[in-house]
Amino acid sequence: MACFLVSAAEAVVVTAAAQITKNNEMKADSQKLAKKAAVETRQEKHLPWSKKLMILAQLLWGGAFLLCFEHIWHGEVVPWFPFLTAMNDPGDTAEMLHEMSTIGVTMAIIVTVTWAIMMFVTDRIMERPDTKPQKTAA
Amino acid sequence: MTLLICVFAAIIATVKWYQRKDDSMMPGVPCVLFWGASLMWLGDAIFEYAELGTEYFAPAAEDMLNDAFLGLSVVALGLILWLVILLIKDPKDVVKASLRKKAASK
Repeated sequence: MACFLVSAAEAVVVTAAAQITKNNEMKADSQKLAKKAAVETRQEKHLPWSKKLMILAQLLWGGAFLLCFEHIWHGEVVPWFPFLTAMNDPGDTAEMLHEMSTIGVTMAIIVTVTWAIMMFVTDRIMERPDTKPQKTAA
Repeated sequence: MTLLICVFAAIIATVKWYQRKDDSMMPGVPCVLFWGASLMWLGDAIFEYAELGTEYFAPAAEDMLNDAFLGLSVVALGLILWLVILLIKDPKDVVKASLRKKAASK
């Protein structure tokens, strides 16, 4: 009924976290440059956390957007107040909240766990030595 | 059916992303869109399977047709969204160049 709202809420939080992390990373990099220290950090062998979080946010936003369309298709989301047809009846509202706490939470967990596995594999791939010989300038 | 169509769209988008020469067409956008939706519909499918059992795999023809129509509409919407993001971000400056050309010709 409105299960996508759980993922959308998580997407808001993750997007904010990604922005904060990005700002912190930029500050840390500029401090290192100011101290003329080597910028080569562990992060270069891994994706920065801001990018990792942004991928999760994009997965959640994308999924929530397309699922919102599905709910519009089924007449569960309408373009007028209160936007969710289940809000018009207390019985339907209770059912909607139950669906959000079960299906909605499961959806968010599946996306987050998949992202976590993906990021773990990504880190392992980035740690692999290059198999292709590096091109040298002629 | 909606989940199946979305998964196929996600797989095709991922293959296209893997084959890319550069990121100018932003091939990652449809990937995250369709994978995000597929994973979320998978959650929905798990609950439906728990409720219906094997009946879940034998939907009525009318339901299947409606779900297929929805799935194709979802793919179309996802592709439209990708196109809008591509034109707004304009990584190759094609839109900007075209608008400047039009402005100069006036």
